Amino acid sequence: MTGWYILSTLTFLPLVGALFILVIRGDDDVARRNMRATALSVTVINFLLSLLAWSSFDPAQSGFQLEDKVVWLGGLMTYHLGVDGISMPFVMLTAAIMPLCIIASWSVTKRVKEYMIAFLVLETLMIGVFCALDLVLFYLFFEGGLIPMFLIIGIWGGARRNYAAFKFFLYTLAGSVLMLLAVMAMYAHTGTTDIAEILSSKQFPAAMQTWLWLAFFASFAVKMPMWPVHTWLPDAHVEAPTAGSVVLAAILLKMGGYGFLRFSLPMFPVASEMFAPMVFVLSVVAIVYTSLVALMQEDMKKLIAYSSVAHMGFVTMGIFSLNKQGIDGAIFQMISHGFISGALFLCVGVVYDRIHTREIAAYGGLVNRMPAYAAVFLLFTMANVGLPGTSGFVGEFLTLTGAFKANTWVAFFATTGVILSAGYALWLYRRVVFGVLQKDSLKAIKDITPREAMTLVPLAAATLYFGVYPVPIMEAVSASVDNIIGQVQTGIAAHEAAIKAAMLSLGN
Amino acid sequence: MNTIFLLIVFLPLLGAIVAGVFGTALLRGTQDHAAHAHHDDDHHHDHGPSWPMYLTTAFLMISAVLAWVAFFDVAIHEQTYKVHVLDFIRSGGMAADWAFRVDTLTAVMLVVVTTVSALVHMYSLGYMSHDLHPQRFFSYLSLFTFAMLMLVTSDNLVQMFFGWEGVGLASYLLIGFWYKKPSANAAAIKAFVVNRVGDFGFALGIFATFMIFGSIEFDTIFAAAPEQAGKTMTFLNWEVDVMTTICLLLFMGAMGKSAQFLLHTWLPDAMEGPTPVSALIHAATMVTAGVFLVARMSPFFELSHTALTVVTVIGAITAFFAATVGLVQNDIKRVIAYSTCSQLGYMFVALGVGAYGVAIFHLFTHAFFKALLFLGSGSVIHAMSDEQDMRNMGGLMPHLKVTWAMMLIGTLALTGFPLTAGYFSKDAIIESAFAAHGGAGTFGFWLLVIAACFTSFYSWRLMFMTFHGKARASRDVMNHVHESPQVMLIPLYVLAVGALLAGALFKAYFIGHDEALFWGKALYRAPENNIVEEMHHVPGWVVLSPFVAMVIGFGVSWLFYIRRPDLPGKLAAANEPVYQFLLNKWYFDELYDLIFVRPAKWLGRFLWKQGDGWLIDGFGPDGISARVMDTTNRIVKLQSGFVYHYAFAMLIGVVFLITWFMFAGAH
Repeated sequence: MTGWYILSTLTFLPLVGALFILVIRGDDDVARRNMRATALSVTVINFLLSLLAWSSFDPAQSGFQLEDKVVWLGGLMTYHLGVDGISMPFVMLTAAIMPLCIIASWSVTKRVKEYMIAFLVLETLMIGVFCALDLVLFYLFFEGGLIPMFLIIGIWGGARRNYAAFKFFLYTLAGSVLMLLAVMAMYAHTGTTDIAEILSSKQFPAAMQTWLWLAFFASFAVKMPMWPVHTWLPDAHVEAPTAGSVVLAAILLKMGGYGFLRFSLPMFPVASEMFAPMVFVLSVVAIVYTSLVALMQEDMKKLIAYSSVAHMGFVTMGIFSLNKQGIDGAIFQMISHGFISGALFLCVGVVYDRIHTREIAAYGGLVNRMPAYAAVFLLFTMANVGLPGTSGFVGEFLTLTGAFKANTWVAFFATTGVILSAGYALWLYRRVVFGVLQKDSLKAIKDITPREAMTLVPLAAATLYFGVYPVPIMEAVSASVDNIIGQVQTGIAAHEAAIKAAMLSLGN
Repeated sequence: MNTIFLLIVFLPLLGAIVAGVFGTALLRGTQDHAAHAHHDDDHHHDHGPSWPMYLTTAFLMISAVLAWVAFFDVAIHEQTYKVHVLDFIRSGGMAADWAFRVDTLTAVMLVVVTTVSALVHMYSLGYMSHDLHPQRFFSYLSLFTFAMLMLVTSDNLVQMFFGWEGVGLASYLLIGFWYKKPSANAAAIKAFVVNRVGDFGFALGIFATFMIFGSIEFDTIFAAAPEQAGKTMTFLNWEVDVMTTICLLLFMGAMGKSAQFLLHTWLPDAMEGPTPVSALIHAATMVTAGVFLVARMSPFFELSHTALTVVTVIGAITAFFAATVGLVQNDIKRVIAYSTCSQLGYMFVALGVGAYGVAIFHLFTHAFFKALLFLGSGSVIHAMSDEQDMRNMGGLMPHLKVTWAMMLIGTLALTGFPLTAGYFSKDAIIESAFAAHGGAGTFGFWLLVIAACFTSFYSWRLMFMTFHGKARASRDVMNHVHESPQVMLIPLYVLAVGALLAGALFKAYFIGHDEALFWGKALYRAPENNIVEEMHHVPGWVVLSPFVAMVIGFGVSWLFYIRRPDLPGKLAAANEPVYQFLLNKWYFDELYDLIFVRPAKWLGRFLWKQGDGWLIDGFGPDGISARVMDTTNRIVKLQSGFVYHYAFAMLIGVVFLITWFMFAGAH
């Protein structure tokens, strides 16, 4: 207990900011400037608050910290927030990415008010997901986050935004209905919706674990997204405005992975172990399949979207290797992918704002007029490829190490991803940046502006810093990951003991 | 000493950053680009400040001097220095730190890398003086040097992998330095991707090492290695020998980096980069990283006879294969590139027969004479206004006397002319291959002797076609031919001294009677491995064989290109299929394109259009949505529907949930 509700503040401050923007009147330039300024200051303050939360967070503890708990609806539900080593980095990531999104949206002129409100509400819901320690609360945040995202794609999106939004809707709906049922079943079984309580003292029978695991899996797999339920992502990315793509790639995709770590592994350990081979297969297919598909893309955003699916394959593979390196690596990979994919979408946004096309063939030779852009883009391309020294390497390396311990076949096929990623990423870079600048449409193109640099430089710094010195993140997650592994092992051991006992009693 | 090591490694990084940030257009924003004016003598462009170039060169020279200081210190005190710099990856038992581990092997590499790099920096001051972006070039060169130094000083496999990929990045950037040339861009990507194929094996090797030993730190795994000898593990459903598997996986990485047979295709294409790059990266340093890796991992390799045999065979095939291709190439740099490939094969043969010190000795001497040959050819290209085709050269000797003399020294050393550097190291390899007795050793011995003959032939062919005979260049070009400035010639003098004397001076330490003392614990040889001793007692005809091969190669070359210049054409015409086979590099590029590149592209398109498009979307969302739309179309307008649907669905969910709680809470 910190004595004041820091996590609640972090979660709901953006909502308050949204209310402020709501009352700003008019749609002239001054009003718009005020809206942008409000959104930016709120997100920046929120980021500073997250740093404060970070400073009072104790990485040595494996349990939940900074908890806020209020009883709700006369004891029916509790409002319970808290973070541990798993969620803390994601809260930080969200708080850090949002100001960049606002800066990146500075030139949006269509319905600025609604736009900024949508983003601030989204921030509340996303931070809420990572802080919620109550199943109902989690569900509300988790599903609620889709509405602003949906609006962002549907209103500020590109030409085929309706199709993309529809696809997005269809997939997530299917998953969320099943999750809702699972939540209810869990309440029926345990009599509580408190996540911390379920984690510490409740267990589910093996048969029930299987069903609950599958229900949660349906939702998380779509969010990840895992192959074969990934096809909504390329379309959503392509149609979303730049900042929308950034949030989607950097934060929303991490909710599936977070869900696996918060629910599937510790609560349903027996089922997790049982389904691990299936997840391995899906992960490996995702890595190889989507990397190959990425190779042939003609749209810059689609290519990066497919590469995201491949990178998320490393995450699921790492999580379900059920060992220290795998899970550490998966968390790190998710954080790092937040920087890198976010930055790559920003890079696409930079040229899209100038030329208004995402088609790779429309570019070529940008380095001649945009040396700074070429340098930044190169850094993130290399990070995407997993070059050591960038944060992209650490996660990939650890997840593969973990996977190798779990199953050599998985590691073998997944490692081919390092060859394929080099292929598609460098080919993209070559076609966009290198070569002679011939096309007339590009002749007057300008290098990145200071505002764009403000969004890209922090991400570049984070990519390099954590690539060379990943220790802060690794330290933060370590105790909680040990905790999860412990829970998985005791869960499996208890199950095996129960089976043995049953066999013995049968024998007698 | 610790400060010295830190300076050696980080000065180049500092130089790279300073030159990259302040020297290039990075901070200057959009520039109106001038025409591609590399080597355009008549125009003077705004080249940006020149101080970053001198700064990086100065840093490298300091680094090189310090490296020699460190070398003598390590060699004299025979101790292993360790410097912990920073924690890196800590995850359970995985503890990989940024740390230096400097023993004799590392010290040798430090000397080679920094010396050649400093000379190449200096040379580039002249060579790149007409380029539009020389600062960027120097930044990359220094960045490369830093990565290479991190590679050779690493005390664990992960940091080594960092350096390994880091030099790959620098190589990619430098090969593609002239980014307007499509061929340079293609070559850069090819180099990176082919190296990644090798890294695929390297990475798996690291994972396997960690799984078996629970560590990737050299001291720990070397100490634990003997316990694993002969044990098996399960890898991809096979029950395989632990050490053999790990060694072969690591060797796959070495094959990629050192351009060994099957993974060699990137090296000749890498000649698209500026010539100083070829000298530094693709001759003296980066491509020898694979040799270094195997030598570093000698405590592992010594435990697997199978792995060593593979190393020998691959090395021998590479030495032979690359030499055959080198016979007929017409691009002056490509001839030297194949020669490098071939010489790396020699080093691997030495490693494979357990003569690690001999391999490193050849690495050491080769760095001098091959860098000399590359920089010399750069001087020729510079003089010929960027002409690289030897068919358009000839008769240059009177105009480029100094370059000619330097190239002559390099050629003598490469072909193993008595008492030059190559004579000691190369002959030692051939002798050690013979002394190894085994089938692989004998196989290696014969292929290496034949390759030595070819080496002599193509080296002299290069000399004759470039400097002797009739001048075949246009008069215009010939009028421009000029000797290079001193800033380019001085590095040649230094390298020439090395090419002449490095063998004689260091023989005793690297492979002679002081070798055990010199190497200390840096290289491990199993107690039964007496190869270095046996190497000195091979029959006389074996000792003589490389010399004979060299003389034959020289003779034939002289006959073909001086005495009877009409002969090569006739011979080629008479043996057209063989000639084409060699000229097209055994058709490897075509083969790989057919079996890897095209299928990957086809598969990518197929999975995209058919897998994602037809199968998943067709039967998933699109199929369902088509049905849904049929119905909804009649009811509501499409545009407005979705958000409300979604919100509505969620609302129903929440209501359902609350009802459930009320209901469940009631009893």
